[in-house]
Amino acid sequence: MTANIAAFLYLVSGVLFILALRGLSHPTTSRQGNFFGMIGMAIAILTTLGLAVPSGSGWVLIVLGLAIGGGIGAYIARSIPMTAMPQLVAAFHSLVGLAAVLVAAGAIYAPEAFGIGEVGSIHAQALIESSLGVAIGAITFTGSVIAFLKLDGRMSGKPILLPGRHVINIALAAAIVILIVALAMTESHTVFWLIVILSLVFGGLLIVPIGGADMPVVISMLNSYSGWAAAGIGFTLGNMALIITGALVGSSGAILSYIMCKGMNRSFVSVILGGFGGETAAAAGGGVEERPVKQGAAEDAAYLMKNASKVIIVPGYGMAVAQAQHALREMADKLKAEGVEVKYAIHPVAGRMPGHMNVLLAEANVPYDEVFELEDINSEFAQADVAYVIGANDVTNPAARDDPTSPIFGMPILDVDKAKTVLFVKRGMGSGYAGIQNELFFLDQTMMLFGDAKKMTEQIVKAM
Amino acid sequence: MASEMALEKARAAADAAEAAAEAARAAADAAQTYADQAASGAADAAGAIAHAASGGAIDPFVFRLAVFVLAIFVGYYVVWSVTPALHTPLMSVTNAISSVIVVGALLAVGVDAVAGQEANTAWAHGFGFVALILASVNIFGGFLVTSRMLAMYKKKS
Repeated sequence: MTANIAAFLYLVSGVLFILALRGLSHPTTSRQGNFFGMIGMAIAILTTLGLAVPSGSGWVLIVLGLAIGGGIGAYIARSIPMTAMPQLVAAFHSLVGLAAVLVAAGAIYAPEAFGIGEVGSIHAQALIESSLGVAIGAITFTGSVIAFLKLDGRMSGKPILLPGRHVINIALAAAIVILIVALAMTESHTVFWLIVILSLVFGGLLIVPIGGADMPVVISMLNSYSGWAAAGIGFTLGNMALIITGALVGSSGAILSYIMCKGMNRSFVSVILGGFGGETAAAAGGGVEERPVKQGAAEDAAYLMKNASKVIIVPGYGMAVAQAQHALREMADKLKAEGVEVKYAIHPVAGRMPGHMNVLLAEANVPYDEVFELEDINSEFAQADVAYVIGANDVTNPAARDDPTSPIFGMPILDVDKAKTVLFVKRGMGSGYAGIQNELFFLDQTMMLFGDAKKMTEQIVKAM
Repeated sequence: MASEMALEKARAAADAAEAAAEAARAAADAAQTYADQAASGAADAAGAIAHAASGGAIDPFVFRLAVFVLAIFVGYYVVWSVTPALHTPLMSVTNAISSVIVVGALLAVGVDAVAGQEANTAWAHGFGFVALILASVNIFGGFLVTSRMLAMYKKKS
């Protein structure tokens, strides 16, 4: 295969990747888009094999590697429960990061394979490009591992604050930049591995202080980083497919981070600096709430909803934790059989990753045209008889709209307080991730349903 | 006299044509050299040809940068048009496609040993092999889990 044809084919696979993302503009076109993505990947792999035909032993390694990795990947994809999607995505990000580091290491040790010179005389430009890819890749790797541990509950979701962490981080970043320059001048393998080690440490320190509730931003940000790392390696290889993909993934993650930050009314910088959710929660824990709340039982809730003409369900992270989505769908089915109009309202930062709630509802066979985003449904709460809040908290707090002194003031919220009755499913009276009291609990039209989200919903279904 | 002048002109024109042909041949040779260089290494032909066409004045890096910058803009508009309901599949599919980094792993695994560099080549094989496994986990895992998710999105019946 000539280099011209190969370059053309890489371009084709880059275009197919663009179409894969384009397909996601609507659920009906999304499956076709995913198929385009697979074809693009197959073209990129076959083109590489056709262009740089591996040696005999190389073929064995390649088939073996694809079989092992593919087998593991296919097994995970089939067996993973949908509720574990955020940690799975974090784990996959870490693999891309580590792969970028290893590919760059391969390029430094066998530059002739990549057409960037020979050992001892690699072009300085290629060294800078690949070391940028390596640094970002290593940061993505440890950052994603920490995010995975936090999301999977193997590590406390609370922010861990090291003293002087900002100074340490700045020093580390500066050291990495200096080492990259040193690598470009000396091409020393020791310097290369120093960059890797420092970037690994940097990635860990960057994510450790960020609390569990900020994970939607973190996971999108790491998504973006994995793209930039791929693009860095793409520059080294002069590979169009990699450069295009890196740019696509990088901007995709950046946009998602932006949407998540906006959903929480927080600046990207304040999320990165970390610490949110820890101190405030401790401070709010001091004052014990004395005001009375109205408490109800499953039977009351069932009666109210059966006699309603319109019910809006507001799911949050608690629904995912309790795995209540199937029970919820059953409840909605019963209500629809009674002639009640049922809709779902999703806040942009509900759950632990962008679109988390939508996937869980889809898993429970909730049709996607009953599920609405905040701006599309917020005006409908005023006409709703019941708002059924299950596992969401801060995203319904009217203080964000009405109280300028509230720490979450300005955050867009779902206006559930405008509904005639609010049914709020909750384990106890604890506060949400922002550590502040929800004024909604004390309103006249609010009825608290204390209990596990799944059990409570099942009891309501039984009572109908 | 006139015919002599015409002859002179024709000869000059022929010389010019020959010079032009020579230049074209040189350019073609240069392009060929670049193409050969690119073929011997990774695919860099697009940049190299453009490099030759511009008389060697523009570095291939600039072409890559142009593609990169334009692709960021394409990504920006394409991703904003993704419906929020599909943001989780968006993350898993971007994850899968960023594993196209597998092309680098394939190059490292497939490289022939260079005389005098056997140890380095062996390292490259090792790094490439591990990177290949990681990237394939991501490729298969990413695309399959995305299609599993997308299969769940149904319309009201």
